[in-house]
Amino acid sequence: MKLQLIGVNHNSAPVEVRERLAIPEWRLAEACRQLAEHPGVEEGMILSTCNRVELIAHLKNGSGDLRAFLRDYFQLDLNQFERHLYEYREQDAIRHVFRVAASLDSMVLGEPQILGQVKEAYATARAVGAVRAQLDQLLTRAFAVAKRVRTETAVGSSAVSVASVAVELAKKIFGNLKGKQVYLVGAGKMSELAARHLLAHGCTSIFVANRTYDRAAYLAEKFDGQAIHFEELYETCDRGDIVITSTGAPHAIFRPEHGELFLSRRKNRPMFFIDIAVPRDVDPEMNKLDGIFVYDIDDLQQAVSAHVADRKKEADRAEAIINSEVERFQARIQTLDVVPTIVSLQDHLETIRQAEIDRVRGRLGPLTPDQEMAVDTLTRGIVNKIMHTPIRTLKTAAREPEAITLIDQVRRLFNLQQEEGERERKSAASKSGGGSGARG
Amino acid sequence: MPLLWLRVALGFYGVGLLYALLALTRSSDLLSRIAVPATSLGMVFHFVSLSEAVLLSGQLTLASVHNSESLLAFMIMAFFMIVYLVYRTTSPGMVVFPSVFLLTFVAATGQQPFLSMSPGLRTGWLFAHIALIFTGYAALFLSFGASLLYLVQESSLKSKNPGRIFSRLPALEVIDEIGYRSLLLGFPFMTLGLIAGSVVAQAKFGRVDFLDPKVFLSLLMWVVYLIMVYTRWNAGWRGRRAAYLATGAFVAAVVAWAANYVSTIHRFAAS
Repeated sequence: MKLQLIGVNHNSAPVEVRERLAIPEWRLAEACRQLAEHPGVEEGMILSTCNRVELIAHLKNGSGDLRAFLRDYFQLDLNQFERHLYEYREQDAIRHVFRVAASLDSMVLGEPQILGQVKEAYATARAVGAVRAQLDQLLTRAFAVAKRVRTETAVGSSAVSVASVAVELAKKIFGNLKGKQVYLVGAGKMSELAARHLLAHGCTSIFVANRTYDRAAYLAEKFDGQAIHFEELYETCDRGDIVITSTGAPHAIFRPEHGELFLSRRKNRPMFFIDIAVPRDVDPEMNKLDGIFVYDIDDLQQAVSAHVADRKKEADRAEAIINSEVERFQARIQTLDVVPTIVSLQDHLETIRQAEIDRVRGRLGPLTPDQEMAVDTLTRGIVNKIMHTPIRTLKTAAREPEAITLIDQVRRLFNLQQEEGERERKSAASKSGGGSGARG
Repeated sequence: MPLLWLRVALGFYGVGLLYALLALTRSSDLLSRIAVPATSLGMVFHFVSLSEAVLLSGQLTLASVHNSESLLAFMIMAFFMIVYLVYRTTSPGMVVFPSVFLLTFVAATGQQPFLSMSPGLRTGWLFAHIALIFTGYAALFLSFGASLLYLVQESSLKSKNPGRIFSRLPALEVIDEIGYRSLLLGFPFMTLGLIAGSVVAQAKFGRVDFLDPKVFLSLLMWVVYLIMVYTRWNAGWRGRRAAYLATGAFVAAVVAWAANYVSTIHRFAAS
């Protein structure tokens, strides 16, 4: 397997750089297709989230150049990005993919969203045929590893991403979330995610107010909720126990006087405002009102990072799991690596056998079908007997580290070409009706 | 003997006190596991102590009057246990355990000798008065404790810097519910207790002297209590405002209690 991975993440590059390299969702499928068609690239996929942009490729003969792809795709001078790029190959690439999927490379260690994002990227690339056998294996394994890390360590246990922290805080205020109502102001992706989390924890109904009513209606329908016209925001907002705001408004849309209004309508039952908009939608002064709790995006991030310290310990255990999984995976792909050699070895001998039969047939004169079959069985039997031990040896050796040298030697002994070239030549030869292309 | 059992109970309550004090600084799994069993055991000894006192004096009323602090502590513990059974939280213990310990300590060290009551008192009414009032006191106290916890939890949520206590306190609405339910539960007891008291007073003096500090303060406490229940029920007051009111009612209750020492008509010692 010739794996290569290049990318930037939150550690290697500031947001300005990640922004330049990010590929929006709607262009991702096309980008994957282009990547797979890039010279030297056999299979490829692209992971683009707010914290990372990574290209993962299985290369033909290690010849591809992923940097060239980046340069061509984004039409930019790569020199200024070079110091932010990291590159991994083979084993290191496998390890990196496993770590990313298991959320060990995340800004918030153990946050669960990244696995979903990797799965989405995989599905997108697969749908356009950019991911096939090799990367498919790698990614499928990565998902299994992520699951193992999650179940065997506590890395993902307590509150993690912003959305889960929001749920945890809501629980600190309301206790049981059963029957609580969620009110979305603005229908962004993030608020949708937070809403989904809250609903999963027992919140019942949901209201969506958005400047574009259609979008509100769409989202409300998705959650079986109720869409609200934006003009009715202040009249209806007190129905939400938990209000998630994410509008693009330049100024705060909720000010203390609104908070007082809501509280009096709610008989002072508490309200929890989750403000994920930048600039903020909720005036920070609101937090001073009795019974109103306002958390903006920074507060949530801060609460998130409080959990991080505990996770470092668990992360060490997770890393150990990753290491053993990388070894296991490598053993597996090596087993698979001998298969093409065996196939081409068999092809090679079969070609020789056929050629020899053709050659003697002239001297033997016309044969009866019985004689024909006898010759065929005889030659096939000889080839199989001779090949039996070498093939078994190859299969056993596949699990050992020396498999690669053995494969090399077999190929040299029998003068086998790389499987790709072999097949191409063979198909060309059969088309022209000629006999053998690779005589030993 | 009652005194001995009371002191044993005090020892067990000491575990609760330790739990309450340590809970403020760090978490202790061992203590939080044994706090409830230990204090439950304390309650058993406490109950034995109270029962023996009744047997010794041969009179329900007399014993309860002389063991007023002890009885109050017992009632508060009983309320704590009810809350624990319903909500599975020991957090009110942070307020309850130290107070129970203090009350029991006072009872266990400063025991007064038994004195006979003035004859002609209707002891049935008197006992009803004491039992009801103490239940009301205990409920009010728990409600007060809950509103303190509410303030702690609220400010830690507002400060956005959740500390250690934060992670162990129950949710804000749960604390609120504990406080409100105790408040509601205590009110009829307090009201009936005061009525029973006035029946006793009427039998004794033929009238109720509203200018007597004990009577006056008791009524004042009752009015504050009523306001608390009303604002809570009507306007949903909670948080800071409710805590101020609860503190007010609690202070009024403590003062009414203390008035025993100045009142001419209502004394625990002979009158």
